[in-house]
Amino acid sequence: MIEVSGLVKTFGSFTAVDHVSFSVPEGQIRAFLGPNGAGKTTTIKILTTVLAPSAGSARVAGHDVIRERAAVRRAFGIVFQDPSLDEELTAYENMELHGVLYGVPRAGRRERIAALLGFVGLSGRADDYVKEFSGGMKRRLEIARALLHRPRLLFLDEPTLGLDPQTRNRIWEFVKELAAREKVTVFFTTHAMEEAERVAGEITVIDHGRIVAEGTAALLKEQTASATLEEAFIALTGRDIRAEDAEPADRMRMMRRIWRGR
Amino acid sequence: MGAIGILWLRQIRRYLRSRARMVGSLGQPVLFLLAFGFGFGPVFARAGEGDYLAFVAPGIIAMGILFTATFSGIEIIWDRQFGFLRETLVAPVPRLTIVLGRTLGAATVALIQGCIVFAITLIAGFRVRELTLLPVALLFMFLIALLFTAIGTAVGSVLRDMQGFQLIMNFLVLPLFFFSNALFPEAGLPAPLRLVVRLNPLTYGIAGVRGALGAAHGLALLADFAVLGTLALLVLGIAAFLFSRIEV
Ligand SMILES: Nc1ncnc2c1ncn2[C@@H]1O[C@H](COP(=O)(O)OP(=O)(O)OP(=O)(O)O)[C@@H](O)[C@H]1O
Ligand SMILES: [Mg+2]
Repeated sequence: MIEVSGLVKTFGSFTAVDHVSFSVPEGQIRAFLGPNGAGKTTTIKILTTVLAPSAGSARVAGHDVIRERAAVRRAFGIVFQDPSLDEELTAYENMELHGVLYGVPRAGRRERIAALLGFVGLSGRADDYVKEFSGGMKRRLEIARALLHRPRLLFLDEPTLGLDPQTRNRIWEFVKELAAREKVTVFFTTHAMEEAERVAGEITVIDHGRIVAEGTAALLKEQTASATLEEAFIALTGRDIRAEDAEPADRMRMMRRIWRGR
Repeated sequence: MGAIGILWLRQIRRYLRSRARMVGSLGQPVLFLLAFGFGFGPVFARAGEGDYLAFVAPGIIAMGILFTATFSGIEIIWDRQFGFLRETLVAPVPRLTIVLGRTLGAATVALIQGCIVFAITLIAGFRVRELTLLPVALLFMFLIALLFTAIGTAVGSVLRDMQGFQLIMNFLVLPLFFFSNALFPEAGLPAPLRLVVRLNPLTYGIAGVRGALGAAHGLALLADFAVLGTLALLVLGIAAFLFSRIEV
């Protein structure tokens, strides 16, 4: 479902993604872990055709991310790390806009939107403005929206950031169900190791733009002789804090996250 | 409804929901209408130029349009900051479609705003000479809206924060407004100023509106239309190009 080979992305003289190769089979839930600034979001941006790679190639759902953008875009749904809703519109209108952009047939669109909103617990709020929603409600709406066009592949970039345990559990249960029942492939990032361990079939660890480990949680623990995935993660990526050399855009994002409490 | 339609509708919805902005952006044109329309009237009449209100009203209407249009276009910067732009950019829709939907929506909003200013000038005593030419006046108003939305979109595609808006207002939009035929007639201006006014695209838009509302000669209107229409399309093309190069 995802095939990446020799992927490189440089920003000026800085290499954010450094010869990354991996593949994710259809129907798998794959966790993509790494410290802040490791290159997770940048990799996802390339896979979702938002950024062009500096070198290397990537195929998503059998299509090349550079040459077959439209086909790639139709195949995946994404929840971005940063919010991407129109807050001046209602929940329903945000969904409707997405549905039209993705060519979801008019017949049945309204019902599908209602079903998805119900699924993420927003049924009663369909006609409320998104600006009145809490962080968790916005996140759930974004997840519902990403599924509207029935993608075969779902990218989730820190989908549970800032959510309460109830909502987090609910979202992961849902993701697992989706993968099991509809064979949707899921590629997600998180900084919560227990989420990765509980949900992911396999884990890919990236650090400084390079893949440093890959395999099941059990394998990673075994390789590093660690008791928990968190220990394994630290053994693989070191103890240094990465935020210090963050770029301005990154810092702004962190500030905003602190401000909004998510 | 297609992608262009839904993006158009989004602009309209946002406009109808921001009453404060709607009313706020009427303030300036109304102020100009009162101060200039009534303040300069006697001087204008004494100089043998006739009814100043009849002259200046199309200029004031254009003013209402171009401020709203530029602002709506440049709102792309907000969409980028609030993240919504990314949602549209990963959709399986060509960027040209996205930029067209946005621009047409924003231009429609500016046209509505222009119609409200138009209504206010009517209350102030402005009269339309030839009602059959009203659609022509609306067409010119729409072209002004399109041109300035495209300018806003082009600038918004390049800049990253809203501070750029002040820059564009003060160094592009306001000069274009003041050095046009909005407030004073072209005839009798000193040659250099007259040349500037002539080179200003807004001059053709205002001449069109003024001509249509004042029952002018068809041929002159056609020339104004050709100049303004060509320019609006050209700038729209530039905006579409710059928009297609946005990375988020
Ligand atoms: N547009 C850009 N211009 C310059 N540098 C960038 C740009 N985007 C990302 N970077 C840099 O690339 C590196 C990787 O960023 P990326 O966002 O992929 O990290 P991440 O793994 O998603 O981190 P986090 O866990 O904090 O979200 C960072 O050092 C970041 O500052
Ligand atoms: Mg990230």
